[in-house]
Amino acid sequence: MKTGSVTIIGAGPAGLAAAAAAAPYATVTLLDENPGPGGQIWRAGAGTTTAAAELWEPARQAGAQWLGGCRVVAADAHALLLENATGAQRLPWEKLVLAPGARERFLPFPGWTLPGVLGAGGLQALVKNGLDIRGQRVMVAGSGPLLLAAAAFLRSQGAIIAGITEQATRRQLAGLAWASLVSPEKRKQASGLFRQLRGVPYLTHCWVEAAEVQESSHKNSGWLAAVRLRRGNRRWREPCDWLASGFGLAPNIELARLLGCALAPAAEGRPSSIAVDDFQLASQSNIWCAGEITGIGGLELSLLEGRIAGLAAAGQTALARRWLKARDRQRHFARALARAARLDAELRRLPGDETVICRCEDVPLGRLREYHSWREARLLGRCGMGACQGRICSDITGWLWNWQYDTTRPPVTPARISTLALMAANAEKASSSEFIL
Amino acid sequence: MPETFTVFINGQPVTAGPETSVAALLLRERMVNRRSCAGQLRAAFCGMGICMECRVTIDSDAHGLGCMTFCRPNMKITTL
Repeated sequence: MKTGSVTIIGAGPAGLAAAAAAAPYATVTLLDENPGPGGQIWRAGAGTTTAAAELWEPARQAGAQWLGGCRVVAADAHALLLENATGAQRLPWEKLVLAPGARERFLPFPGWTLPGVLGAGGLQALVKNGLDIRGQRVMVAGSGPLLLAAAAFLRSQGAIIAGITEQATRRQLAGLAWASLVSPEKRKQASGLFRQLRGVPYLTHCWVEAAEVQESSHKNSGWLAAVRLRRGNRRWREPCDWLASGFGLAPNIELARLLGCALAPAAEGRPSSIAVDDFQLASQSNIWCAGEITGIGGLELSLLEGRIAGLAAAGQTALARRWLKARDRQRHFARALARAARLDAELRRLPGDETVICRCEDVPLGRLREYHSWREARLLGRCGMGACQGRICSDITGWLWNWQYDTTRPPVTPARISTLALMAANAEKASSSEFIL
Repeated sequence: MPETFTVFINGQPVTAGPETSVAALLLRERMVNRRSCAGQLRAAFCGMGICMECRVTIDSDAHGLGCMTFCRPNMKITTL
């Protein structure tokens, strides 16, 4: 017999695992802003990948409901405000599992806003969604294993990989190889990727110093023309059509913060994540968090956290307990990976005073130097006040100056006026409706 | 839905398919999505609905997210 209802936000591996685990015991609703389940890792254009279907199918057969293509605009202790392509709705919740995944972590350098400069996972996603890059030169730059996965995929789609630059030193990467011994599947993945990338230059302790713009006489005027690379004392120019640049991942914490979930203790130089207990329960009652939101850990850890969160939210604590050990082993690997992937302090010197940090409001670095906190930069300098609500620049200011991201307000994504009207109509039900800048 | 069909970018007909997102189509055509508030050219960046750089008008929906919207027959895309 089913007791209670569980609402799961995010249909990547963690959310899908939570749905599959909870569906036999509770009434499950799974929602995601993408049209189909799978998240970023199991992206299949407009459809569903096999891996996603294998988790979703049993959940669906156990009665789980799918709400695709809808974003959470606001949330309180009783309900979520959702918006899709045509309208908005208020969805009451009882137990919540947050599995919103992660975004790429971007670091600024001169020219990083040029058309043709994308995230590493970003370019991968766009190629999966129909961009043809056959015969085009792609530079892959940044840090972490995602670069290898992106480069291997782009190459398989016909791109010429001009090179992969990894900011970490060879010594750091050796530490990473040691860490991967705890996880045979990770070791297998890594050696498979290097096989697919045979012949591609892989440069450690190397990074893009600047991206150059195509001249006005060129047919791609205004777009990326080349990157300037640096490795130690060596500096050179590499022409390319696309730059795929990413420095690992950062958890999507905004919704959890809006709901009052506490952050995990800060780890130096690492993006913020949400604190959870042994059963993935956050600091707020009835809210469980699973996957990258609790700290970047990859696919296997996300699946285990999702399963534990789903079972716990459905009241099946005894069943959840069985998976704690396996999850802790994966967490151990994740922590070792994070230590090995530390960013070189030299990267902080790449952006110049003119380099835009907040892309939505075009706030350059030089102006941000006048402020002392995220809040001050927001209120006085409009940093993080635009359409993305600081999702890109707060990761940067956190890394540059350790500014704490502490200003989550509804709506957490751009929304239609009619959606906001629905929020206002329900405002009297909220415990507090104070208006703060 | 047919395998390929026509969509319109700023009034110009372009061939697209249902598996192609609006942002991917604009990159393919080397067309920027918008100008930033200081007038810089911007195209898709994060590819996952986070950065909002790929905003365009899709049919009558202003500020539609190009990377989260798939092409449909006769869709009218207007860059900003």
